[in-house]
Amino acid sequence: MINLIGSESDSQRTLYPYVTGTSVVGIKYKDGILLAADMGGSYGSTLRYKTVERLKKVGKHSIIGASGEISDFQEIMRNLDELILYDNMWDDGNSLGPKEVHNYLTRMMYNRRNKFNPLWNSLVLGGVKNGQKYLGTVSMIGVHYEDNHVATGFGNHLARPLLRNEWHADMTFEEGVKLLEKCMRVLLYRDRSAVNKLQIAKITEEGVTITQPYALKTFWNFSAFLNPTAGAEGSW
Amino acid sequence: MTKQHANWSPYDINGGTVVAIAGADYCVIAADTRMSTGYSILTRDYSKIIQLADKSVMASSGFQADVRALQKVLEARHLIYQHQHNKQMSCPAMAQLLSNTLYFKRFFPYYAFNVLGGLDSEGKGCVFTYDAVGSYERVGYSSQGSGSTLITPYLDNQLKSPSPLLLPAKDAVTPLSESEAIDLVKTCFVSATERDIYTGDKLEIVILNASGKRRDYMELRKD
Repeated sequence: MINLIGSESDSQRTLYPYVTGTSVVGIKYKDGILLAADMGGSYGSTLRYKTVERLKKVGKHSIIGASGEISDFQEIMRNLDELILYDNMWDDGNSLGPKEVHNYLTRMMYNRRNKFNPLWNSLVLGGVKNGQKYLGTVSMIGVHYEDNHVATGFGNHLARPLLRNEWHADMTFEEGVKLLEKCMRVLLYRDRSAVNKLQIAKITEEGVTITQPYALKTFWNFSAFLNPTAGAEGSW
Repeated sequence: MTKQHANWSPYDINGGTVVAIAGADYCVIAADTRMSTGYSILTRDYSKIIQLADKSVMASSGFQADVRALQKVLEARHLIYQHQHNKQMSCPAMAQLLSNTLYFKRFFPYYAFNVLGGLDSEGKGCVFTYDAVGSYERVGYSSQGSGSTLITPYLDNQLKSPSPLLLPAKDAVTPLSESEAIDLVKTCFVSATERDIYTGDKLEIVILNASGKRRDYMELRKD
């Protein structure tokens, strides 16, 4: 198998990611889709960039959220922007919906995986078109699915269980944001690469809005943290 | 000591189990709807079954991205067949196409474990079972995927298939009625769900017979 992939000196293939974004979380709610992602761009264990926009609009009907290698995400955005442009240039009243964009992304990721040169991202694609809500995800090797709630990376381990418990159909905007913030807070506590500066994107039939960056309130006043040696006399 | 690096595999195991049983004039194809990776569940509601032609239904488990790509290739090839021959592909024809498509990628395989079910040109139920590189045979029943080791022995016991070595060849299709076969399939999945962590959530059953196609669902344990 190693011979098929090529030697390490073959610098044309992606070997490992450099600047990465962490989890993206998304849910369907009454009027459409809500996505959340923080604004960190880590360089290994260093928090190199603190204002990375990992949620982006795609055409009239969709938003994409990306985790993984940021430069690969920028490449994906170049492809998507061109796709949308050509779609608009037909000027025929038709426009690519979230389902179509998700399919395009899936094919793109899978075909790169086939060439052993992956785009190192896990993507979330959400949107509304003609009243139909859509929320899907694609991984770097092309594994994809849609659901009422999705997450990438650590979000799969920490956020999905919360969403399975508390998500229900037709949540209001306020309920949706509260649930997403709960997920992001847990991720902030437990994911080493999470940062306390996030954006939430909303997409409805009317259009896309992405909030200005803001921080979550965190609570560290647990007695176990205040008095860590309470149960161990003589320790410090 | 060299730096620790991220590594990646072009394959993943997304789990799940598929089963098909052929009857005298029907075919039952079933699969669970759970999609997993590692010890996580990605979604509880993903269909592994696809109708490729009027009388051919395929169910596949393994690496989901490869399964989907395989489905798309077969769908496209069937469309071309219809343009060229002005008719639907028969199930045995689709069976050969699937085998060839899999072997085509013999040296970078589709990690897909397939079971093809349908009605042959005489209207009798048929099931074809495959490995990942296209080796296949027609059988009376089959199971593939993560729960197949649990289900196959049970089907062997219940369906008492005649030996394929017999001469003259004895028909492998089960004498069971359609509803009996459906109950059998449900029992298979309920049992497999108990012990296989990758099988569960929901069971999707597709039944093909002379009147057409029917789809049934049944809840399974979600743990």
